[in-house]
Amino acid sequence: MQIAIASGKGGTGKTTVSVNLYYFLSEKYNNRVQLIDCDVEEPNDMLFFPQAKKEAEKEVFIIVPEIDKERCIYCKKCVEWCEFNAISIVQRLKFAEVNYELCHSCGACFEACSFEALTPVQNSLGSISDYRTTFGAGIVEGRLKIGSAMQTTLIKSVKKLADSNQHLTLLDAPPGTSCPVVETVATANYVILVTEPTPFGLHDLKITVELLNKIHKPFGVIVNKAGLGNNTIYQFLEENNIMLLGKIPFSKVYAENYSRGELFENIPVDVEKAYHSILGNLATIIN
Amino acid sequence: MKTIITSSGDNADSKFDLRFGRAAWFCVYDKETHTTNFIENSFKNSNGGAGTKSSEMAAELGAEQIISGHFGPKAKDMLEKFEIQMIELDDEELKVRDVISRIENN
Repeated sequence: MQIAIASGKGGTGKTTVSVNLYYFLSEKYNNRVQLIDCDVEEPNDMLFFPQAKKEAEKEVFIIVPEIDKERCIYCKKCVEWCEFNAISIVQRLKFAEVNYELCHSCGACFEACSFEALTPVQNSLGSISDYRTTFGAGIVEGRLKIGSAMQTTLIKSVKKLADSNQHLTLLDAPPGTSCPVVETVATANYVILVTEPTPFGLHDLKITVELLNKIHKPFGVIVNKAGLGNNTIYQFLEENNIMLLGKIPFSKVYAENYSRGELFENIPVDVEKAYHSILGNLATIIN
Repeated sequence: MKTIITSSGDNADSKFDLRFGRAAWFCVYDKETHTTNFIENSFKNSNGGAGTKSSEMAAELGAEQIISGHFGPKAKDMLEKFEIQMIELDDEELKVRDVISRIENN
Protein backbone atom coordinates (compact mmCIF):
# COMPACT_ATOMS: atom_id res chain seq x y z
CA MET A 1 0.00 0.00 0.00
CA GLN A 2 1.19 3.51 -0.82
CA ILE A 3 0.43 6.56 1.31
CA ALA A 4 1.43 9.99 0.01
CA ILE A 5 2.11 12.85 2.39
CA ALA A 6 1.28 16.16 0.71
CA SER A 7 0.46 19.74 1.59
CA GLY A 8 -0.65 22.73 -0.39
CA LYS A 9 1.40 25.21 1.55
CA GLY A 10 5.12 24.71 2.01
CA GLY A 11 6.51 24.74 5.52
CA THR A 12 3.52 23.05 7.17
CA GLY A 13 5.63 20.11 8.29
CA LYS A 14 5.37 17.61 5.47
CA THR A 15 8.93 16.41 5.93
CA THR A 16 8.59 16.29 9.71
CA VAL A 17 5.40 14.26 9.49
CA SER A 18 6.83 11.98 6.77
CA VAL A 19 9.95 11.02 8.68
CA ASN A 20 8.00 10.70 11.93
CA LEU A 21 5.42 8.44 10.33
CA TYR A 22 8.30 6.44 8.89
CA TYR A 23 9.63 6.12 12.45
CA PHE A 24 6.37 5.29 14.24
CA LEU A 25 4.93 3.09 11.47
CA SER A 26 8.22 1.16 11.23
CA GLU A 27 7.86 0.44 14.93
CA LYS A 28 4.29 -0.72 14.47
CA TYR A 29 4.73 -2.76 11.29
CA ASN A 30 7.95 -4.56 12.13
CA ASN A 31 10.17 -2.29 9.98
CA ARG A 32 8.26 -3.19 6.83
CA VAL A 33 7.84 0.47 5.89
CA GLN A 34 9.67 2.28 3.11
CA LEU A 35 9.97 6.05 2.63
CA ILE A 36 10.42 7.67 -0.78
CA ASP A 37 11.38 11.34 -0.94
CA CYS A 38 9.57 12.56 -4.04
CA ASP A 39 10.33 16.23 -3.33
CA VAL A 40 13.11 15.97 -5.91
CA GLU A 41 13.79 19.71 -6.10
CA GLU A 42 14.74 19.87 -2.46
CA PRO A 43 14.82 16.44 -0.89
CA ASN A 44 15.33 16.86 2.86
CA ASP A 45 14.21 13.61 4.46
CA MET A 46 17.80 12.38 4.59
CA LEU A 47 18.88 15.35 6.72
CA PHE A 48 17.36 13.53 9.68
CA PHE A 49 19.27 10.31 9.07
CA PRO A 50 22.95 11.25 9.31
CA GLN A 51 23.82 7.64 10.21
CA ALA A 52 22.11 6.20 7.13
CA LYS A 53 24.24 4.19 4.73
CA LYS A 54 23.98 4.85 1.02
CA GLU A 55 23.55 1.49 -0.67
CA ALA A 56 23.25 2.58 -4.29
CA GLU A 57 23.08 5.64 -6.49
CA LYS A 58 22.11 5.80 -10.12
CA GLU A 59 21.79 8.61 -12.59
CA VAL A 60 18.54 9.10 -14.51
CA PHE A 61 18.72 10.07 -18.17
CA ILE A 62 16.31 11.26 -20.81
CA ILE A 63 16.77 11.24 -24.56
CA VAL A 64 17.38 14.66 -26.07
CA PRO A 65 18.34 15.77 -29.60
CA GLU A 66 21.80 16.86 -30.69
CA ILE A 67 21.99 18.87 -33.90
CA ASP A 68 24.45 17.91 -36.62
CA LYS A 69 25.24 21.26 -38.24
CA GLU A 70 26.68 19.53 -41.32
CA ARG A 71 23.26 18.06 -42.09
CA CYS A 72 20.99 20.84 -40.77
CA ILE A 73 19.56 23.07 -43.50
CA TYR A 74 18.13 25.57 -40.97
CA CYS A 75 14.56 24.96 -42.13
CA LYS A 76 13.30 25.34 -38.53
CA LYS A 77 10.73 22.56 -38.86
CA CYS A 78 11.96 21.04 -35.58
CA VAL A 79 11.66 24.48 -33.96
CA GLU A 80 8.03 24.72 -35.08
CA TRP A 81 7.26 21.24 -33.79
CA CYS A 82 8.88 21.82 -30.41
CA GLU A 83 6.17 22.68 -27.91
CA PHE A 84 8.73 23.71 -25.28
CA ASN A 85 10.84 26.28 -27.16
CA ALA A 86 13.88 24.11 -26.57
CA ILE A 87 15.46 24.38 -30.03
CA SER A 88 17.13 27.57 -31.23
CA ILE A 89 17.92 27.99 -34.89
CA VAL A 90 19.03 31.28 -36.42
CA GLN A 91 19.51 30.88 -40.11
CA ARG A 92 21.26 34.22 -40.57
CA LEU A 93 24.00 33.21 -38.12
CA LYS A 94 24.04 29.48 -39.00
CA PHE A 95 23.22 28.90 -35.36
CA ALA A 96 21.61 25.66 -34.16
CA GLU A 97 21.44 24.63 -30.51
CA VAL A 98 19.21 22.73 -28.11
CA ASN A 99 18.46 24.04 -24.61
CA TYR A 100 18.43 20.87 -22.52
CA GLU A 101 16.80 22.69 -19.61
CA LEU A 102 13.70 23.21 -21.72
CA CYS A 103 13.64 19.88 -23.62
CA HIS A 104 10.92 17.51 -22.36
CA SER A 105 12.17 14.54 -24.36
CA CYS A 106 8.89 14.26 -26.29
CA GLY A 107 10.67 13.17 -29.48
CA ALA A 108 8.64 15.38 -31.85
CA CYS A 109 11.78 16.98 -33.33
CA PHE A 110 13.13 13.60 -34.45
CA GLU A 111 9.91 13.07 -36.40
CA ALA A 112 10.00 16.61 -37.80
CA CYS A 113 13.51 16.45 -39.26
CA SER A 114 13.74 15.04 -42.80
CA PHE A 115 17.51 15.52 -43.03
CA GLU A 116 18.70 13.22 -40.24
CA ALA A 117 20.25 16.24 -38.58
CA LEU A 118 19.10 15.26 -35.10
CA THR A 119 20.79 12.49 -33.14
CA PRO A 120 19.30 11.17 -29.89
CA VAL A 121 21.71 11.55 -26.97
CA GLN A 122 21.34 10.98 -23.23
CA ASN A 123 21.01 13.89 -20.84
CA SER A 124 21.15 13.52 -17.06
CA LEU A 125 18.12 14.71 -15.07
CA GLY A 126 19.35 13.87 -11.63
CA SER A 127 19.95 10.86 -9.45
CA ILE A 128 18.19 8.31 -7.30
CA SER A 129 19.81 7.06 -4.11
CA ASP A 130 18.92 4.16 -1.89
CA TYR A 131 19.66 4.42 1.84
CA ARG A 132 19.59 1.90 4.64
CA THR A 133 18.40 3.36 7.92
CA THR A 134 18.66 2.00 11.47
CA PHE A 135 14.90 1.37 11.45
CA GLY A 136 12.40 0.79 8.66
CA ALA A 137 12.97 -0.76 5.25
CA GLY A 138 15.02 2.13 3.90
CA ILE A 139 14.69 5.45 2.16
CA VAL A 140 14.80 6.21 -1.56
CA GLU A 141 15.67 9.77 -2.52
CA GLY A 142 15.29 11.48 -5.88
CA ARG A 143 17.50 14.50 -6.47
CA LEU A 144 16.87 16.68 -9.52
CA LYS A 145 19.83 18.31 -11.23
CA ILE A 146 19.85 22.06 -10.64
CA GLY A 147 18.30 23.81 -13.64
CA SER A 148 16.29 20.82 -14.84
CA ALA A 149 12.53 21.30 -15.21
CA MET A 150 11.81 17.57 -15.49
CA GLN A 151 10.53 16.92 -11.97
CA THR A 152 7.69 14.65 -12.99
CA THR A 153 9.92 12.41 -15.11
CA LEU A 154 12.33 11.96 -12.22
CA ILE A 155 9.47 11.37 -9.75
CA LYS A 156 8.15 8.65 -12.07
CA SER A 157 11.57 6.94 -12.01
CA VAL A 158 11.93 7.33 -8.25
CA LYS A 159 8.54 5.75 -7.66
CA LYS A 160 9.53 2.69 -9.68
CA LEU A 161 11.65 1.79 -6.66
CA ALA A 162 8.57 1.44 -4.49
CA ASP A 163 8.92 -2.01 -2.95
CA SER A 164 5.60 -3.82 -3.11
CA ASN A 165 6.93 -6.50 -0.74
CA GLN A 166 6.82 -3.98 2.07
CA HIS A 167 3.70 -3.46 4.11
CA LEU A 168 3.73 0.26 3.40
CA THR A 169 5.45 2.78 1.14
CA LEU A 170 5.31 6.42 2.24
CA LEU A 171 5.68 9.04 -0.50
CA ASP A 172 6.85 12.45 0.67
CA ALA A 173 5.38 14.77 -1.98
CA PRO A 174 6.63 18.20 -3.06
CA PRO A 175 4.65 21.21 -1.80
CA GLY A 176 1.99 22.88 -3.94
CA THR A 177 -0.61 21.36 -6.24
CA SER A 178 1.17 21.30 -9.60
CA CYS A 179 2.28 18.40 -11.84
CA PRO A 180 4.99 16.98 -9.52
CA VAL A 181 2.38 16.64 -6.74
CA VAL A 182 -0.13 15.02 -9.08
CA GLU A 183 2.59 12.61 -10.26
CA THR A 184 3.46 11.71 -6.66
CA VAL A 185 -0.08 11.07 -5.45
CA ALA A 186 -1.22 9.38 -8.69
CA THR A 187 -0.37 5.86 -7.50
CA ALA A 188 -1.10 6.44 -3.81
CA ASN A 189 -3.97 4.52 -2.20
CA TYR A 190 -4.39 7.25 0.38
CA VAL A 191 -3.14 10.81 0.87
CA ILE A 192 -2.31 12.50 4.15
CA LEU A 193 -2.50 16.27 3.91
CA VAL A 194 -0.39 18.19 6.38
CA THR A 195 -1.60 21.68 7.14
CA GLU A 196 -1.30 24.37 9.79
CA PRO A 197 -4.13 26.31 11.49
CA THR A 198 -3.37 29.63 9.79
CA PRO A 199 -5.20 31.53 7.02
CA PHE A 200 -2.41 30.56 4.58
CA GLY A 201 -2.60 26.93 5.66
CA LEU A 202 -6.37 26.89 5.12
CA HIS A 203 -6.18 28.69 1.77
CA ASP A 204 -3.72 26.20 0.31
CA LEU A 205 -5.46 23.23 1.96
CA LYS A 206 -8.66 24.14 0.10
CA ILE A 207 -6.82 24.08 -3.25
CA THR A 208 -5.28 20.70 -2.43
CA VAL A 209 -8.62 19.26 -1.31
CA GLU A 210 -10.11 20.41 -4.61
CA LEU A 211 -7.30 18.66 -6.50
CA LEU A 212 -7.67 15.38 -4.60
CA ASN A 213 -11.44 15.38 -5.05
CA LYS A 214 -10.95 15.90 -8.76
CA ILE A 215 -8.62 12.91 -9.06
CA HIS A 216 -10.74 10.84 -6.65
CA LYS A 217 -8.13 10.20 -3.99
CA PRO A 218 -9.21 9.35 -0.45
CA PHE A 219 -7.46 11.57 2.07
CA GLY A 220 -7.30 12.76 5.65
CA VAL A 221 -5.76 15.79 7.28
CA ILE A 222 -3.12 16.26 9.96
CA VAL A 223 -3.07 19.70 11.54
CA ASN A 224 0.51 20.44 12.51
CA LYS A 225 1.55 23.27 14.85
CA ALA A 226 -1.86 23.02 16.50
CA GLY A 227 -2.43 25.79 19.02
CA LEU A 228 -1.12 28.48 16.70
CA GLY A 229 -3.35 30.62 14.48
CA ASN A 230 -7.11 30.18 14.71
CA ASN A 231 -9.89 27.60 14.47
CA THR A 232 -11.22 28.21 10.96
CA ILE A 233 -9.33 25.17 9.63
CA TYR A 234 -11.32 22.86 11.93
CA GLN A 235 -14.60 24.45 10.83
CA PHE A 236 -13.61 23.82 7.21
CA LEU A 237 -12.82 20.16 7.92
CA GLU A 238 -16.11 19.68 9.74
CA GLU A 239 -18.23 21.44 7.12
CA ASN A 240 -16.70 19.33 4.37
CA ASN A 241 -16.71 16.04 6.25
CA ILE A 242 -12.97 15.68 5.97
CA MET A 243 -11.32 13.24 8.32
CA LEU A 244 -9.05 14.87 10.89
CA LEU A 245 -6.35 12.27 11.43
CA GLY A 246 -4.80 14.19 14.26
CA LYS A 247 -3.40 17.37 15.67
CA ILE A 248 0.29 17.74 16.44
CA PRO A 249 0.75 20.42 19.07
CA PHE A 250 3.14 23.26 18.37
CA SER A 251 6.21 22.78 20.51
CA LYS A 252 9.17 25.15 20.56
CA VAL A 253 11.43 22.44 21.99
CA TYR A 254 10.45 20.15 19.13
CA ALA A 255 11.08 22.89 16.55
CA GLU A 256 14.55 23.42 18.05
CA ASN A 257 15.26 19.68 17.83
CA TYR A 258 14.12 19.76 14.20
CA SER A 259 16.45 22.61 13.32
CA ARG A 260 19.34 20.59 14.72
CA GLY A 261 18.25 17.58 12.69
CA GLU A 262 17.42 15.62 15.84
CA LEU A 263 13.85 14.54 15.28
CA PHE A 264 13.91 11.18 17.00
CA GLU A 265 15.64 12.20 20.21
CA ASN A 266 13.73 13.65 23.15
CA ILE A 267 10.38 13.67 21.34
CA PRO A 268 8.04 15.70 23.63
CA VAL A 269 5.43 13.48 25.30
CA ASP A 270 2.46 15.32 23.78
CA VAL A 271 3.95 15.07 20.27
CA GLU A 272 4.53 11.34 20.67
CA LYS A 273 0.97 10.96 21.96
CA ALA A 274 -0.31 12.80 18.88
CA TYR A 275 1.50 10.41 16.54
CA HIS A 276 0.15 7.37 18.36
CA SER A 277 -3.35 8.77 18.03
CA ILE A 278 -2.73 9.36 14.27
CA LEU A 279 -1.50 5.76 13.96
CA GLY A 280 -4.74 4.64 15.61
CA ASN A 281 -6.79 6.58 13.07
CA LEU A 282 -4.70 5.27 10.18
CA ALA A 283 -5.18 1.66 11.32
CA THR A 284 -8.60 1.56 9.67
CA ILE A 285 -7.06 2.78 6.40
CA ILE A 286 -3.91 0.65 6.36
CA ASN A 287 -5.02 -2.90 5.67
CA MET B 1 22.94 49.76 -37.32
CA LYS B 2 19.73 48.25 -36.05
CA THR B 3 18.65 48.68 -32.45
CA ILE B 4 15.67 46.93 -30.88
CA ILE B 5 13.72 48.88 -28.29
CA THR B 6 11.16 46.90 -26.29
CA SER B 7 7.77 48.54 -26.58
CA SER B 8 4.36 48.06 -25.00
CA GLY B 9 2.58 49.05 -28.23
CA ASP B 10 2.94 49.35 -32.00
CA ASN B 11 4.04 52.98 -32.32
CA ALA B 12 6.65 55.42 -31.05
CA ASP B 13 4.24 56.97 -28.55
CA SER B 14 3.91 53.63 -26.75
CA LYS B 15 5.54 53.16 -23.40
CA PHE B 16 8.96 51.57 -23.22
CA ASP B 17 8.47 47.92 -22.12
CA LEU B 18 10.79 46.96 -19.27
CA ARG B 19 10.65 43.25 -20.14
CA PHE B 20 12.66 41.76 -22.96
CA GLY B 21 11.51 38.16 -23.48
CA ARG B 22 7.91 39.02 -22.71
CA ALA B 23 7.83 42.47 -24.25
CA ALA B 24 4.64 43.12 -26.21
CA TRP B 25 6.35 44.64 -29.26
CA PHE B 26 9.82 45.15 -30.64
CA CYS B 27 10.64 48.49 -32.22
CA VAL B 28 13.46 47.97 -34.72
CA TYR B 29 15.17 51.30 -35.12
CA ASP B 30 17.66 51.87 -37.91
CA LYS B 31 20.16 54.58 -37.03
CA GLU B 32 21.30 55.09 -40.64
CA THR B 33 17.87 55.54 -42.20
CA HIS B 34 16.17 56.94 -39.07
CA THR B 35 13.25 54.57 -39.62
CA THR B 36 11.30 52.39 -37.21
CA ASN B 37 9.56 49.10 -37.78
CA PHE B 38 7.27 47.59 -35.11
CA ILE B 39 7.08 43.81 -34.83
CA GLU B 40 4.76 42.02 -32.43
CA ASN B 41 6.45 39.55 -30.06
CA SER B 42 4.70 36.26 -30.70
CA PHE B 43 6.54 34.65 -27.77
CA LYS B 44 5.36 37.04 -25.05
CA ASN B 45 2.94 34.47 -23.61
CA SER B 46 5.11 31.36 -23.98
CA ASN B 47 5.08 28.95 -21.06
CA GLY B 48 8.84 28.82 -21.17
CA GLY B 49 11.72 29.92 -23.34
CA ALA B 50 10.35 33.40 -24.11
CA GLY B 51 13.80 34.94 -23.58
CA THR B 52 15.45 32.39 -25.86
CA LYS B 53 12.90 32.83 -28.64
CA SER B 54 12.92 36.63 -28.45
CA SER B 55 16.73 36.55 -28.67
CA GLU B 56 16.53 34.41 -31.81
CA MET B 57 14.04 36.84 -33.28
CA ALA B 58 16.43 39.72 -32.56
CA ALA B 59 19.27 37.81 -34.23
CA GLU B 60 17.18 37.02 -37.33
CA LEU B 61 16.23 40.71 -37.56
CA GLY B 62 19.91 41.57 -37.61
CA ALA B 63 19.87 43.73 -34.48
CA GLU B 64 23.23 44.72 -33.06
CA GLN B 65 21.92 46.11 -29.80
CA ILE B 66 18.79 45.85 -27.67
CA ILE B 67 17.52 48.41 -25.22
CA SER B 68 15.20 47.00 -22.55
CA GLY B 69 14.58 47.22 -18.81
CA HIS B 70 15.79 43.77 -17.90
CA PHE B 71 17.23 40.68 -19.60
CA GLY B 72 16.53 37.27 -18.07
CA PRO B 73 19.21 34.57 -17.72
CA LYS B 74 18.22 32.61 -20.85
CA ALA B 75 18.06 35.78 -22.96
CA LYS B 76 21.46 36.92 -21.64
CA ASP B 77 23.03 33.57 -22.57
CA MET B 78 21.67 33.67 -26.09
CA LEU B 79 22.36 37.34 -26.78
CA GLU B 80 25.95 36.87 -25.67
CA LYS B 81 26.26 33.99 -28.14
CA PHE B 82 24.79 36.18 -30.89
CA GLU B 83 27.08 39.06 -29.89
CA ILE B 84 24.15 41.42 -29.52
CA GLN B 85 24.78 44.25 -27.07
CA MET B 86 22.31 44.51 -24.17
CA ILE B 87 21.52 47.92 -22.76
CA GLU B 88 19.43 48.14 -19.62
CA LEU B 89 17.37 51.24 -19.06
CA ASP B 90 15.39 51.19 -15.85
CA ASP B 91 12.86 53.92 -16.53
CA GLU B 92 9.26 52.87 -17.12
CA GLU B 93 8.08 56.45 -17.62
CA LEU B 94 9.84 56.66 -20.98
CA LYS B 95 8.11 56.40 -24.31
CA VAL B 96 9.75 54.59 -27.22
CA ARG B 97 10.12 58.00 -28.86
CA ASP B 98 12.22 59.23 -25.89
CA VAL B 99 14.53 56.23 -26.18
CA ILE B 100 14.98 56.89 -29.90
CA SER B 101 15.91 60.51 -29.30
CA ARG B 102 18.48 59.39 -26.74
CA ILE B 103 20.07 57.18 -29.41
CA GLU B 104 20.04 60.00 -31.96
CA ASN B 105 21.59 62.47 -29.54
CA ASN B 106 24.38 60.07 -28.65
